[in-house]
Amino acid sequence: MRGTVTVSAILLITSTALNAETILIRNATVLTVTKGTVNNGSVLLEDGKVAAVGTDLHASAGAVIVDATGKYLMPGIIDCHSHTAVEGSVNEGSVSDSSMVNIKDVIDPQDINIYRALAGGLTVSNVLHGSANAIGGQTVVIKLRWGKTANQMLFEGAKPGIKFALGENPKRQGYPGDFFTQSSMERRFPGTRLGVEDVIRQSFVEAKNYQTEWKRYNDRVARGDNPIPPRKDLRLEPLVEVLNGQRYVHAHCYRADEILMLIRVADEMGFKIRTLQHVLEGYKVAKEIAAHGAGASTFSDWWAYKIEAFDATPYNAALMTRKGVLVSVNSDSDELQRHLNLEAAKTMRYGGMSETEALAMVTINPAKQLGIDDKVGSIEVGKSADLVLFDQHPLSNFSKVLKVWIDGHEYFDREKDLAARADFAKRKKTLLDKENEAAKPKPPAEPKSEQAKKPAAQEAR
Amino acid sequence: MPTFAIVFELGRNSCAIEERRGVVCELITNRDYIPAKPASLRFGNKFSCLAVNFRGGDPARNKLNSSFDNRYNSENQDFMRKVFAGVFLALAAPLSPAASPGAVFIEGAHVITGSGADLASASVILRDGLIEDIGPGLAAPADAWVIQGKGLTVYPGFMDGLSTWGIAAAAPPPPQRPGGAAGTPANQPAAPVAQPATPTPRSRGPEDRPQTYAFERAADLLSPADTRLEMARAAGYTSAASFPNRGIVEGLGAMISLAGERGRAMVIAQPVGQQIVLRTAGFRAGFPGSLMGDIAYVRQLYLDLNHYKQAQQIYKQRPVGTPRPEYDHDLEGLAGSPRLLLPADEVQQIDRMLAFGSELGVPFALYGLHEAYLRIDQLKQANAPLLLSLKWPVKPKDGDPTVVPNYRDLRMRDQAPSIPALLAKAGVKFAFFSDGIATAPELKSAVKKAIDAGLPPAQAVRALTLSVAELYGLADRLGSIDKGKIANIIVSKGDIFDEKSNIEYVFVDGKEFRPPEELQKPAARPSAGGSEAKPAMAGAAGESQTVADGDAR
Repeated sequence: MRGTVTVSAILLITSTALNAETILIRNATVLTVTKGTVNNGSVLLEDGKVAAVGTDLHASAGAVIVDATGKYLMPGIIDCHSHTAVEGSVNEGSVSDSSMVNIKDVIDPQDINIYRALAGGLTVSNVLHGSANAIGGQTVVIKLRWGKTANQMLFEGAKPGIKFALGENPKRQGYPGDFFTQSSMERRFPGTRLGVEDVIRQSFVEAKNYQTEWKRYNDRVARGDNPIPPRKDLRLEPLVEVLNGQRYVHAHCYRADEILMLIRVADEMGFKIRTLQHVLEGYKVAKEIAAHGAGASTFSDWWAYKIEAFDATPYNAALMTRKGVLVSVNSDSDELQRHLNLEAAKTMRYGGMSETEALAMVTINPAKQLGIDDKVGSIEVGKSADLVLFDQHPLSNFSKVLKVWIDGHEYFDREKDLAARADFAKRKKTLLDKENEAAKPKPPAEPKSEQAKKPAAQEAR
Repeated sequence: MPTFAIVFELGRNSCAIEERRGVVCELITNRDYIPAKPASLRFGNKFSCLAVNFRGGDPARNKLNSSFDNRYNSENQDFMRKVFAGVFLALAAPLSPAASPGAVFIEGAHVITGSGADLASASVILRDGLIEDIGPGLAAPADAWVIQGKGLTVYPGFMDGLSTWGIAAAAPPPPQRPGGAAGTPANQPAAPVAQPATPTPRSRGPEDRPQTYAFERAADLLSPADTRLEMARAAGYTSAASFPNRGIVEGLGAMISLAGERGRAMVIAQPVGQQIVLRTAGFRAGFPGSLMGDIAYVRQLYLDLNHYKQAQQIYKQRPVGTPRPEYDHDLEGLAGSPRLLLPADEVQQIDRMLAFGSELGVPFALYGLHEAYLRIDQLKQANAPLLLSLKWPVKPKDGDPTVVPNYRDLRMRDQAPSIPALLAKAGVKFAFFSDGIATAPELKSAVKKAIDAGLPPAQAVRALTLSVAELYGLADRLGSIDKGKIANIIVSKGDIFDEKSNIEYVFVDGKEFRPPEELQKPAARPSAGGSEAKPAMAGAAGESQTVADGDAR
C-alpha cells in the first residue's frame, strides 16, 4: 500500500429484506386500516412482504408460526415529524436558507431512541431539521432497522423532503440573546414574518435563475459549444428539485395567516406544499389547505408552549379531516414517538374519529403524506411486512407492544428484551468493574524489590 | 525588544565549529530559532550545542560574535563558562545536544529494522543524514564516532501519523493565569499564523469559504523552537506528518523531521495532504454551525474544486472570448493535496466518512477510529488508509461520580486498545498517530495497552514507523532502517515499550540527540501534550459540536 488508495467499494448496502423468514401470524385481530378488521385473522409474511391476509392461512414447512390469539396486529406506525437519530445539531442555524445541509449525512443509527421508538411500535420516521431557518435543509425518511447502518436505515424509494419553517422560530434567530446588545454582525435576516416570506420567495427566485442558467448552458453544449458550466450550488439544487416535483416540502407552521402566506408563495413560485407540520391553526383554513392539496401533520393535544401556538384545539385533526385535509398525528419528540397509537386515540375523544380513522392518523395517512403508501401504512398483500403486535387494542391506554417486524424481520420482542436485561446488566457491570479495578492504584512497590511495578496512578494518561 | 540567538558547537571534535561557522552566522539572524522556554542550563560533556538569548542591540551581537570568533577554543571550556554562565542563568535555554561527526557507527546492537528483519547483532552506519549501511559484520569507518551497541536495541525513529509538532502556533495554549496573560512575551514563540485583529464578517455560506485555510502550508509555519519537539524526541519520535491546526480545512501538511536548524530544513516532503476537522463555531460565527453544515460545506468545496478545474481548463484552451474564471487560493490548496484526512471516530462516523470519501472522489485516509472494532471487515474491504489515534478513550477525569456511563462508552473504553490487534489479525494496514499522546511515558503506556490486547510488538513498531511512511507514500525514504533511508533511528536500552527502558540516543537526520532522562520518566512532564488533541467529531450524544475555532471568516 503505497500512498493513499481511493476507496472504490464501500459497504454493500443490502437493506432489503433478503433472507427474511417466512412467518405466519395466526389468530390475531388484524387491524388492516385500509381493508377493515379481520377477526381471528392470520397474516403470512414472505420475503419481507405481506403475502396473504385471511382467516384460514397455512404456511409452508419451516415457517415460523406466531400464535397471536387474543392479540392485535396493526401496520407499523409512521411518524411524519421526527428529530430522532440526528448527530450534532438539528439546526444549521447560521443562515436563513440552509437547504444545502442534509439529514441523510448525520443519521446516527446507534441513537437509543430508535430502539425505544421501536418498542412503541414505530417503524418509519420522517427525520427533519429543527425550525430555526426559513429553509432548514434536506430531509429523509428512515425505517427503524435497529442495528443496521445509517444507509441501511434509509427508506428505499421514499422521496426526499425539505424542511421549511415559518413564524417565531425562523424570525427569532435574527436576534439571538439580547436584541439591544447584539451587534449588527450577529443578527440574521429575517426578523419578522414578512422577512420569512421574503427569504423563501428570494430563494426560489434564485433557484429559478439557477435553473435558467443551467438550461442556457445545456443549450449551448447541445449546439456544440464548450462554455464554462455554471457552478453547482448545493443550496439551490434541492429547491430546483422542489420546483420539479422531485422533493417534498414539509413546512413547520402554526398560524392561519402564515399558512395562507406559504400557499400563496407556493402558487406563485409553482411548487406544492406536501405537508404542513404542527399547523395548529389549520382548522381555521382547512378548506384552503385542502384546495392546495397539502397534508397536515399535527399534534393531538399539545399547544400553548409559545404565543403563536395558543389558538389551538385538540379538535384540529378531526376538523381538518372533515374538511377534506389528509391529516396525520406526529410526535416531534423522542418521548411522544413511543406511543403514537395513544396520540391517535385522542382524535376519537376530541372530534369523534372512528377507530380506523384514528389508526390511519399514524399509519396510512402519514404514509400518503410521505408518498410511501404503496409500500407501508396498512396490512395489504404486497406491502412491506412492517407490523406491530399489541397485547390489547392499540387505541387502549393499557396496550403494550409485544413484537415489531420490519420487512419481515423481527426488530423488537418484548419477551426477549425483558429476558436479555439481566445478561446486559451483567455485561455492563463486568465492564464497569473492570474499569474501576484498573483505575485503582496498584499496591505500592515493595521497598527492596526492583521488579516491583510502579503504581498505576503514576502512569501518564 | 530585539532578541537574537547565538548558537555554537562544542562538538566532539573541534573542527566542527569551524565548518559550521557559516551556519552559526545564519542562525543569528533567524529569530525562529530562539527557544521559546527558558530551561535550566547544563554545561558539560553531555551538551555540545547551546543557544543563548541576548536582549540588546545589534552592536552587542557583533561584539559577542567577534569575541566568540577570536577567543573560542574548544579545549578551554572554562572560558566559555566564564563568558556565558551569568547570562545563561537569566536568559539562556539549551537546545538538545547535537553533534556532527563525519559518521556514526553503532556497533553490534540488536537492530529491529522495521522492514522485516530483526537482527540480533548488527551494525549501522549513519552518514550525511542517511543510513549508509546496515548489517552484521560491518567495519567502522575511520572517521566514525563509534557507539558500542552491546545491550542496546536500535529501532527506526517513530513517526507521528498526524501531528501539529513543529508548528508552534498550533501548540495548545498555555494555561491562563488568573488576572493576567500567561507567560511573558519573551517566552512565547513567534506566532507564524497571523490572527485576524478584527472580527471577520459572519459567514453566510460556502461562498465565504468559512474556516478554510486550505492554502496554508505547514512547511511555511515550521519552527525548531517548538518546545514540543524535544518532548517528542524523548519519546522516540523523529518525524511527523504535521498539519496546521485551525478551521475545518486545515491546510497542507508536511512530513517533517523533528529537528533542524530552522523550519525549512525540517521539511522532508510536502504537501502530504489536507486534514478535515469537523468543527463548528456555533450560531453566531456563521455558516457552518452544525455537523451537517460542515459536511455540506466540504461537499460544496469539492464540487467547487471540480468546477474550478474544469473552468481553468476551458479557459486555457480558449482564453480569448471566454469569461475569465476567478482565482481561488483555497481551491488551489485543495487541488495541491495528494490526499484528504477525514475524521472518523465512532462507528457511524466511520460508515459516514467511508461513503463521503468515496463520494468526493479523492484519495482519502480516515483518522481516529476508536470504535473501529465494530467495522474491521468493512475497513478491510474499503482499503482506505487508517490512522489510529493512540489516545485511547478513558473514563473522564473529574467526571460526576454519580453518573453511570452508558454501555457503548464503557465498551469503547474497554475495546479501543484492541483495535490494532484486530486490524493486524485481519491484515488491515494501519498507522498510529499521537493525538496528544506525546511524552515517552504516555506513548509507552498507550502502546503497551495495544500490545496487551494482542498486538504483536513488531506490528506496534511498524504502526509507528513504516506504516506511517507508507500511508504518505514516503516509504522509500522513511520508516525503517534500510540502506539509503533517512537516518532517523532510536537507540534504546531495553525494549522500547518497556516502562523501564531508556532511550540513549535519538538520531534525526543523522544528528544525535540524547533525550534527558527526566523527559522519559512519568513524573517529568505529566500529560504535557495531553490537551493537544484535535477535536474530531463530537460524540453521538453531544448536541452541540466542539467550539474549537471562533475565527470563521
